[in-house]
Amino acid sequence: MVTNVTNFGRSGLADWLMQRVTAVIMLAYTVFLLGFLLTNGDLDFVTWKTLFQGTTMRIFSLLALLSIAAHAWIGMWTVATDYIKCAKLRVIYHLVVVIALFAYVVWGVQVLWGA
Amino acid sequence: MLQVSVYRYNPETDKKPYMQDFEIDTKGKDIMVLDVLHLIKEKDNGMSYRRSCREGVCGSDGLNMNGKNGLACITPVSDVVKNNKLIIRPLPGLPVIRDLVVDMSLFYKQYERIKPFLINDTPEPAIERLQTPEDREKLDGLYECILCACCSTACPSFWWNPDKFVGPSGLLQAYRFLIDSRDTATKERLAELDDPFSVFRCHGIMNCVAVCPKGLNPTRAIGNIRGMLLNNAT
Repeated sequence: MVTNVTNFGRSGLADWLMQRVTAVIMLAYTVFLLGFLLTNGDLDFVTWKTLFQGTTMRIFSLLALLSIAAHAWIGMWTVATDYIKCAKLRVIYHLVVVIALFAYVVWGVQVLWGA
Repeated sequence: MLQVSVYRYNPETDKKPYMQDFEIDTKGKDIMVLDVLHLIKEKDNGMSYRRSCREGVCGSDGLNMNGKNGLACITPVSDVVKNNKLIIRPLPGLPVIRDLVVDMSLFYKQYERIKPFLINDTPEPAIERLQTPEDREKLDGLYECILCACCSTACPSFWWNPDKFVGPSGLLQAYRFLIDSRDTATKERLAELDDPFSVFRCHGIMNCVAVCPKGLNPTRAIGNIRGMLLNNAT
């Protein structure tokens, strides 16, 4: 058993499962948005705003945003443990990544509910 | 004449490794890469490599031939040579002891970690522990591994974390004991593997499958271990 404290879900299986589930959510969101853009060729601001004012869409968007954050946390952590061998540098790198992801989530919430 | 370029390094005399070129007369025959190495040794008997059974059973002569890992003794020159040029290097990712001989300590350490032996805490039967033919069949494609390290040293995940990631060879063996009907330590074995490195550092790029000289499929075994972990934890 290899122990680690900086990965996302405290176990390899949890991280692995989380990364798969979040990938599916991101895919669903991408497909939905693409479908929306394709079926609304003459998209104007009002249609776009109405779409994002619906509670379902806000929940879906927040879910996608949280999925990106969790997916990126696991992915960036994996990349770091492959390539950054100095533990101090890795902790700093990971801190920067996590703070950036946190900022994106808060900013995203502000954008979604602020309009 | 076959143009052969061989990785040379003697830590006692060389500051750093270098490639040495040889011209080898194969007498028009399609010989094995191991035979080429023998012909090179006739020219330069300081040339070091491992070999034993010379028929793909012992797993001693795992080498990197024109960029692909394999057993030199069962790899015909015609299989790997491009433009009459053969480049022979040691297995990548492991420390070189001398020329083509690598230090396999980390590889064996990972093998040792998965406890490659049957664990059974039930009373011993008089003769032997029996298995149904169906249960025995589950070990096919697993028990054949000869630990040549061709797969693990072709795996980038093993290159970056050989101390933490068990590697395709070790995981194939781990699954061999996880799936064995006579083994009673399945839960303990799974618990040992449920961290972000041991199994989950595999990203399924399947280099292991591409190079295995015995035609085994470690990626499938790793997928099965993941499935077992998932069944065990959800």
